[in-house]
Amino acid sequence: MKKTRWIWIGLAAALAVGAFLSLAASPNPDGLERVAEDKGFLGKAVSTPLLRSPLPDYLFPGIADERLATGLAGFLGTLVLFALGSGVGWALRLGRRRGA
Amino acid sequence: MHIPDGFLSTPVWVAAGAVSAAAVAVSTVRLGKNTEEKQVPLMGVVGAFIFAAQMVNFPIASGTSGHLGGGVLAALLLGPWAGTLIMTAILIVQALLFQDGGITALGANVLNMGVLTCLLGFVVFRLLRRLLAGTRGALISAFITAWLMVVLSASLAAVQIALSGTLPLPLVLPAMAGVHALIGIVEGLITTAALAFLLRVRKDLVHPLCLPYTRQAAAGEAA
Repeated sequence: MKKTRWIWIGLAAALAVGAFLSLAASPNPDGLERVAEDKGFLGKAVSTPLLRSPLPDYLFPGIADERLATGLAGFLGTLVLFALGSGVGWALRLGRRRGA
Repeated sequence: MHIPDGFLSTPVWVAAGAVSAAAVAVSTVRLGKNTEEKQVPLMGVVGAFIFAAQMVNFPIASGTSGHLGGGVLAALLLGPWAGTLIMTAILIVQALLFQDGGITALGANVLNMGVLTCLLGFVVFRLLRRLLAGTRGALISAFITAWLMVVLSASLAAVQIALSGTLPLPLVLPAMAGVHALIGIVEGLITTAALAFLLRVRKDLVHPLCLPYTRQAAAGEAA
């Protein structure tokens, strides 16, 4: 239990940041968006994405409350990365075992 | 600084994609050879944390915000290979699920924010850490490395944008490097704070080659 406690503390901290601290994010454009706007090439960004993302702009679809939609999207994305990151590590470790 | 679709010309995004794909392949092979047990959950936690932290844009100057990149932090905890793979996973999820960063620009974004910051960041940190020994030296090294990698990422993005014919380099490079020199300060502070925290409470979660430089540690690494 004690050996793996840090994993759950780390995941809980990440989920808290993704679901709650993300609500405090500044809505201002980021560095690249600012430069693109100032230098007049923001319009070159393709507005119709080549692939439809299920949660565009970090908003959970079908939820009117923007804060709730953002928090849910952050929570979900954080969980996906935890699963994907662990999954990649696990797959590579299995591959090494087989190869050894 | 996730580049959207439309900023890069086809030759540029194809070339950047090829370089990133090669870097990811090398990282996979290298990591497959030396994955430690602990790295499996650590890759998950670091990926989750950096993804979440990237959502929190902080205001930097008039009407502009920035957010953590996290590549150097990933490399400090996971090493360069696992760090590159985790940053790649984050950028793929952001592009596919959240429409943050273009699909065609994915390779360029992986190159700028993953490959460059993890591989070069790891090397630069290890050099600086040798020059600035001890825990304080390691923390200063982390700050400098994280700041530098943000500025270099932004500069590389500027070069890609210029090569694509979107905006001439003399216009886009100073603008990108300038605003990210500010964003990099916050990146440096977050990276340093995370490293300081882990060195204090769970030193074993920091990558063994990124621990503060001491003669003892150097002897251990050589062995």
